[in-house]
Amino acid sequence: MSLLEEGIASAAGVGISATRPDGKEKARGDFLFSNDLSAEDMLWGQTLRSPYPSAKIRKIDFSQALAIDGVHAILTADDVPGENIFGLEHPDQPVLAFDIVRYVGEPVAIVAATHPEVAKSAVDAIYVDYEQLDPLVNSQEAIEAAPIHPEGNVIRHLVINHGDPDAVGNITVEGEYEVGMQDQAFLGTESGIAFPSADGGVDLHISTQWLHSDRDQVASALNLPEDLVRVTLAGVGGAFGGREDVSMHVHLCMLALHTGRPVKMVYDRNESFLGHVHRHPAKIWFRHSADESGALVKVEAKVILDGGAYASTTSAVLANACCFSVGPYRVPNALIEGWGVRTNNPPCGAMRGFGNVQTCFAAEAQMDKLARALSMDPVELRLLNALKSGDTLITGQKITGTAPVKEVLTSLSEHPIPKGVKGDLLELPGGTGRTTDNSHVKRGIGFAASIKNLMFSEGFDDFSEARCIVVDGEVSIQSACVEVGQGFVTLVNQIVEETLGVSEAVILPVDTSIGSAGSTSASRQTWMSGGAVLKACEAVVNALILELQNENGGEYEKVGLNLVPKDGSDSISIAVALRGRNFDEHVTHRHLPTFPLDHNGQGNAHVSFAFAAHRAVVDVDQELGLVRVVEIATSQDVGRILNPVQARGQIEGGVAQGLGLALLEELVLIDGKIANANFTDYLLPTAMDTPPIEIAAFIEQPEPGAPFGAKGIGEPPVISSTPAIVAAIRDATGFELNRVPIKPEDIALNGL
Amino acid sequence: MNFLIASSTEDLCELLAEDPSRQLLAGGTDFMVEVNFRHRDVSEVIAIDRIEELKQWRHDGDSVLIGSCVTYREIERGALSTLIPALAQSARTIGSPQIRNTGTIGGNLATASPAGDMIPVLLALGALVNVRSRSGVRQLQVDELITGVKTNSLREDEFIESVRVPVLRGPQEFLKVGPRNAMVISVSSLAMVTDIDKEYIGIALGSVSASPCRSTDAESFISENIDWNSMTVRSGAIDNFERLVRESASPIDDHRSSSAYRTHTIGVLGRRALLRIFRLEN
Repeated sequence: MSLLEEGIASAAGVGISATRPDGKEKARGDFLFSNDLSAEDMLWGQTLRSPYPSAKIRKIDFSQALAIDGVHAILTADDVPGENIFGLEHPDQPVLAFDIVRYVGEPVAIVAATHPEVAKSAVDAIYVDYEQLDPLVNSQEAIEAAPIHPEGNVIRHLVINHGDPDAVGNITVEGEYEVGMQDQAFLGTESGIAFPSADGGVDLHISTQWLHSDRDQVASALNLPEDLVRVTLAGVGGAFGGREDVSMHVHLCMLALHTGRPVKMVYDRNESFLGHVHRHPAKIWFRHSADESGALVKVEAKVILDGGAYASTTSAVLANACCFSVGPYRVPNALIEGWGVRTNNPPCGAMRGFGNVQTCFAAEAQMDKLARALSMDPVELRLLNALKSGDTLITGQKITGTAPVKEVLTSLSEHPIPKGVKGDLLELPGGTGRTTDNSHVKRGIGFAASIKNLMFSEGFDDFSEARCIVVDGEVSIQSACVEVGQGFVTLVNQIVEETLGVSEAVILPVDTSIGSAGSTSASRQTWMSGGAVLKACEAVVNALILELQNENGGEYEKVGLNLVPKDGSDSISIAVALRGRNFDEHVTHRHLPTFPLDHNGQGNAHVSFAFAAHRAVVDVDQELGLVRVVEIATSQDVGRILNPVQARGQIEGGVAQGLGLALLEELVLIDGKIANANFTDYLLPTAMDTPPIEIAAFIEQPEPGAPFGAKGIGEPPVISSTPAIVAAIRDATGFELNRVPIKPEDIALNGL
Repeated sequence: MNFLIASSTEDLCELLAEDPSRQLLAGGTDFMVEVNFRHRDVSEVIAIDRIEELKQWRHDGDSVLIGSCVTYREIERGALSTLIPALAQSARTIGSPQIRNTGTIGGNLATASPAGDMIPVLLALGALVNVRSRSGVRQLQVDELITGVKTNSLREDEFIESVRVPVLRGPQEFLKVGPRNAMVISVSSLAMVTDIDKEYIGIALGSVSASPCRSTDAESFISENIDWNSMTVRSGAIDNFERLVRESASPIDDHRSSSAYRTHTIGVLGRRALLRIFRLEN
């Protein structure tokens, strides 16, 4: 039985805190990020973007801009060689706007010039005659409003109808909730460089999450065969979903092919906020009912996600928001209705947590409300309803893998609560502003739990390819898996060590010369590309055994990292046996198939599920509305820990991002325009906002079918941390607080 | 863009007299952002961050003379922070350590932002700004220098040479509200300084009007209600004091905050600062 099948591994390699090969470089500023790339004779690209959320383009005149010294090309929709349309799941977005612009920031024209400042001047000199239209910016109105796109305003309408529609419990709680537009706010803005090649094709080096999806969309827009578009990964400075969609990719290639020179682009911070998709703002209504014991009887919900002007991943985000709307609980009856709509707001798509974030915030508030209505402890209520393996989700899918929700909740609730109050003004709400003394502080504690599906869903053919190449015992691994910080670069070495006993493997350049590894998203790469690498290494072992058997006649058995001849002669380690030999094994790894949801939202649409819970302790200065998070504790269902330091890193980063959504991070929209597209006013948590993060427990129950039994761990930390913080503030203040991020005035002026 | 480096204040006077359209670069924490965003037309820049005399400060008698290129970091720590604690407290709230290492007190004044964090403190202390050109030195009150949102009364050939800050004997407080616990533009801020010998209380507000302003009505009202010997304040006066502080504000609504929240918080800051400095009379 292979490691892959048994879902358990032992020995060295996997399970240790392997250090990142790029860690020191990144800490010292030596790492080569995509914006560090350059080429001789390179031109600089720049993008002209729409200043209006909705307008007709009457005329574009770039004659003056083209006359500027140093300007080599100005291209518009007319110059797109192939299909002027792209999209991650479904093509509906122009590469360059024609006739109409649908959001502020939509690309209208692109420029190549000898210097970035010259390119900016050229962009300023392009004249566009717009006829402004009334923008549609209200997501609720969008359902019925006149279409702003040929494909209509409702990108997806999803109904989940489960169990008995007439069932109802005696205790009912209802609430309306809202989630603002969060941004991935990765520190390395979009950047890349495209090289025209002699064969008429193009080489694109870019920071991204999914090389092959990029390649296919670029090839279609350029009208080139896929093999003439070669995409190579350039150093990624954070992603969180925001690099899953195409941004500058086609623009760079168009300019390179048009000018015959390498062209580089780097978005500045402002343009980055305009140039990638955001987390969907949500309006959510919930009604929960339970019997007197607290057992959930029925959950009803209406969910509206604002997808902005183009589809991106709205359909899949909506599916997550609805399928997991009730959280990690047993719900026998449910009626969930969701809409993913189109508006003239900035497009929204993938962001860490992917739809689960929005409904988890609302549903966990509902669970606390229900606990109050029942006079029950909120943790007890959750334990009473906690999902377990074998239970059925509201989509009718039975959980066949592990579901240690009880273990997660129990271990967290048993973790000691931090004692004592803070003394120093700088440690209290308001921080450096010295606003708050101890006498103004109320402490609150909040609790929340979450469920996240792992990998792609609803019948998507989800796979990853990998090659294990052995040359005279030296191992190289090839995969198109994108490293965005999640740790594939350490995992590859750990897997090679674990399977072949070879401690140093070379990771070959990450590009499209091998088949797709899928996206680095959906908590999927350890399972998918880690699984592919594992399979490729195992294929090498099998090929080695065959070769030895052919040479020596006898049979061999693999025992640990050794090959033991069945005739009783001396065993040989795999690493030693590989010396002087060459292998090249190319494999494809797939998870078990999933299926679409039917008209009632029922079906085995998902692969595997991960669970987490968070407990927040906060200090609140109610009079000023200022909050200091004192501590976040968490327990997480991880299947198995492959790299403890990396796991802690994912949790700390995810919790900080969840804290950002709870208290700080929102793109403020005024008539479709972002009012704070900069780091002065889009506030990320600083070290003074991010509290100590306690890991109460990693629940390690190996997941059947998962390589090494490991579940993806990147997304759960961001999902239930937000509602836990909000619950803690509710506990301190007694206010409802149904919208995130919570602004200080939502507390300070509450009821005034 | 041409870059010139001034080596001394005399040199700087000459460079500005030659061509008053030349712009001054010290820490660059606002200036360079504006240049990068093309919000500022610049043909020639004079770097003043190498002028030694502008980077010095000295304590003489009852005041401190701070060169305009003294950084936030230097004011935040060390001897200056004990001489003028509220100025140090305000410096600590500005930006990140990187920003505080390069941004200067002169820049904070010249930029004249409604949210300039040091300005309320300098106003409350009654600091004087020494403004220099080839034709001599002028001494301005802070509210004579700052004339509106990001506008000042400097003539084109003038620069800020130094700030004279009185050293008072009495507690000082600077409080600032922002949605983040550090590195944030203020939504409202308040400086309160006292001089026990002169029985003086100075109060000034930031981010709640076009320019930081004194709260003179609140100052004179509360002066009547303070017992300087026991450092107590009459409890019946607190509500009215808070109201007077609020009334001296005229805030706007913007994406950072509603005017209602700014008004609410400025009163709270006033009360809290007062009760940190004075005990409530029994």
